[in-house]
Amino acid sequence: MNFELTAQQQLVKQLMKSFADNEVKPLAAEIDETERFPRETVEKMAKSGMMGINIPKQYGGAGADSLSYVIALEEMAKVCATTAIILSAHTSLCCGPLLAFGTEEQKQKYLAPLARGELLGAFGLTEPNAGTDSAAQQTTAVLDGDHFILNGSKCFITNGGEADVYIVFAMTDKKLGNKGISAFIVEKGYKGFSIGKKEHKLGIRASSTTELIFEDCIVPKENLLGEIGKGFKIAMHTLDGGRVGVAAQAIGIAEGAFEETVRYMKERVQFGKQLSAFQGLQWMAADMKCDIESSRLLLYSAALKKDSGKPYSLEAAMAKLRCAETAMSVTTKCVQIHGGYGYSREYPLERMMRDAKITEIYEGTSQVQKMVISGQLFK
Amino acid sequence: MKLIVCIKQVPDTAEVKLDPKTGRLIRDGVPSIINPDDKNALEAALRIKDENEGSTVTVVSMGPQQADIAMREALAMGADEAILISGREFGGSDTWATSYIIATALKKIGDYDMILCGRQAIDGDTAQVGPQIAEQLGIAQITYARDIKLNGRTVTVERMLEDGFQVVEAELPVLITAIKELNTPRYMTPRGIYKAYEKQVKIWGFADVPVDEAKIGLKGSPTNVNKTFSPEQKGKGEMLEGADRNTVKTLVEKLAEKHLL
Repeated sequence: MNFELTAQQQLVKQLMKSFADNEVKPLAAEIDETERFPRETVEKMAKSGMMGINIPKQYGGAGADSLSYVIALEEMAKVCATTAIILSAHTSLCCGPLLAFGTEEQKQKYLAPLARGELLGAFGLTEPNAGTDSAAQQTTAVLDGDHFILNGSKCFITNGGEADVYIVFAMTDKKLGNKGISAFIVEKGYKGFSIGKKEHKLGIRASSTTELIFEDCIVPKENLLGEIGKGFKIAMHTLDGGRVGVAAQAIGIAEGAFEETVRYMKERVQFGKQLSAFQGLQWMAADMKCDIESSRLLLYSAALKKDSGKPYSLEAAMAKLRCAETAMSVTTKCVQIHGGYGYSREYPLERMMRDAKITEIYEGTSQVQKMVISGQLFK
Repeated sequence: MKLIVCIKQVPDTAEVKLDPKTGRLIRDGVPSIINPDDKNALEAALRIKDENEGSTVTVVSMGPQQADIAMREALAMGADEAILISGREFGGSDTWATSYIIATALKKIGDYDMILCGRQAIDGDTAQVGPQIAEQLGIAQITYARDIKLNGRTVTVERMLEDGFQVVEAELPVLITAIKELNTPRYMTPRGIYKAYEKQVKIWGFADVPVDEAKIGLKGSPTNVNKTFSPEQKGKGEMLEGADRNTVKTLVEKLAEKHLL
C-alpha cells in the first residue's frame, strides 16, 4: 500500500494545475454567466495532448494511468466544473467504450482522432422516458441492407451539438428488453441526425447540454459498436468509467471551494479576529477536510482498481456517491462561511455550489449508486 | 542544429528565506521550479527544433540530484536529452566556478550550434553564468534576447535595452540569453511526461567532467559572500499635521536632526 503519487502523476498534477490556473480559471465566471461553450479551451487542451490522457499511445492518447486522468479532472474542476465535464464526457463516455468495444478499424477511424483532440466526443443514452430506468429505450434501430435506420430522441446530452462523434444507444429488438439494446457510432452530419433544444441549467452552464434527434437517421452497418444486443452492457461498463470521472469532478469542485474558503478565513476579520480564529468555523473546516480526504481515497482506489483490470463497479459507485455528496455539502458550507459574499457572483463560491449539484444527478443519481452498491452486497 | 539549453532549478517563491547563520537559501519545504527565464530559453530552442528538421535539444543543469524533476519537465516539454552535472565537489561554486564547470561539460558534449540560457535566475539574480559560459568557451554571446531569427548559420537577435532595442547579428556557434518577452513557454503534455520517464537523465559527476579541482567549489570560487541578510523593515514614519509656523518649525528641526538639511 502506497499513498504517494508517482513522479509521473506528480508532474501531471503540476501541469494540469498550471494549465487550469492560466487557461481555464480566467474564463470560468464569464462562460458560466453567458452559457458559452469554451471552444478555445478545448482547442488548447487538444494542443497540449489532454484529450486522451488514459488512452493508449497507439490510439493517439498519452498512455497514462487512470489516476493521472483523475488528477487532471480534479485540477480542472477546482477552477471550472464545466471544463472538467467536457473533458470527462469526451474521454470516459466516448473514448472509453470505443477503446473497450471498438473494432481495430473503429479505433483507427474514431478513437485515434478523438484522443488526439481532433474530434470531440459525446454519449447518448438518456431519453425523456429513460433516465434512471435507462433500459426503457424508445429510440429504435432497424437494419436495412448496409445501414441501420435510427428513430427517436435523446435528452440531456453533454457536449451535444459541439461533439463530432456520438455513442448512441437504441433498441434493435424490443422483445428482448435490455438485451435488445445496441450501441452505435454516429457522426455529426449523418443524414437524419439533428440537434434539438439546448438546456438552460442550474450549474455547469457553459457545457452544452442538448437533445439529439434521429429521424430516419442512416448509420452505416460497420458503425455498430460491439455486438448486436450488447448495448446495455456497453452502457453500464462505460458508466463505471464515467462515474470515476464525475467523482473526480466532484472532489475537484469541493477542493476548489475549500481552498478559497481557507484563504478567506485567514483574511476576513470580524469582531476583531480572523474567521480562522473562531472555533465554530475551525471545526467546520476540519470536518470538510476529513470529508474531502476520505472521499478522495475512495476515488483513487476506484481508479487503481480500474487499472488492475478487475471489475470496479462497486468502487466506482462508492466513489461517485461519496464524492458527489462531499461536493454538495462542502460547497454549501463554503458559501455559508463566506456569508453574503458567498451568495454574490463577485466570488466563485455560489457557482461552485450550483455546479456541485449535478454530480449527485448525472451518470447515475446518488440513489442509483446506492442500488449498485447494495446490489453488489446482496447479489 | 545541435541546441543546448542551460537550466537551473530554483525555489518557487519571491520570498526566499535565508539561513541567518550560513546566509544560504533555505530550500526545505519550498517547491522547486525551472527558473522562469530558462523556460523561455528552452521554448526558443524547441521552436528552432520544430522549424529545423533533424535538430536536437539537450538540456544541461548543475545542481543536486533533486533537480531530476526539472530535467524531466524539460524532457516532457520536448527536449531530447538531459544531462545533470551533480557532485559534492561542485557544491559552493560561485558564478565563475559554475560557468567554468558548465563550459567544461559543454566542451565535452561538443559541436553545438547554439547555447541558450535564461537571462538570470530568480534566486541569485546575478545574470552572470550565461555570459561567463560564452567567455569560457570563447564564442559570441548575445544577451537579453526578445526575438531570435535564424538564417542558415547567421542568427539575428533583438536585444532588449532599457530605452529601446538593439539588433545584433552573429555567426554560429553563439550563446544567447533569453528574457520573458521572447516567447510563452509551451506546456508539458501528459504523453511527454510519461515519455520523459522512459528516458534517462544522465548524471555527470566530478569524474565525468574534466575540471581542475582547484577552480571549483567553495575553494575555487573567487567571490566571497560576507553577509546575506533581509533588509530590516522601515518604521512607520511620523506624520505632522497642520499648516502653521510651529509645524513647519518642528519639521525643519526633525529634518536637521537627521542631517537631511
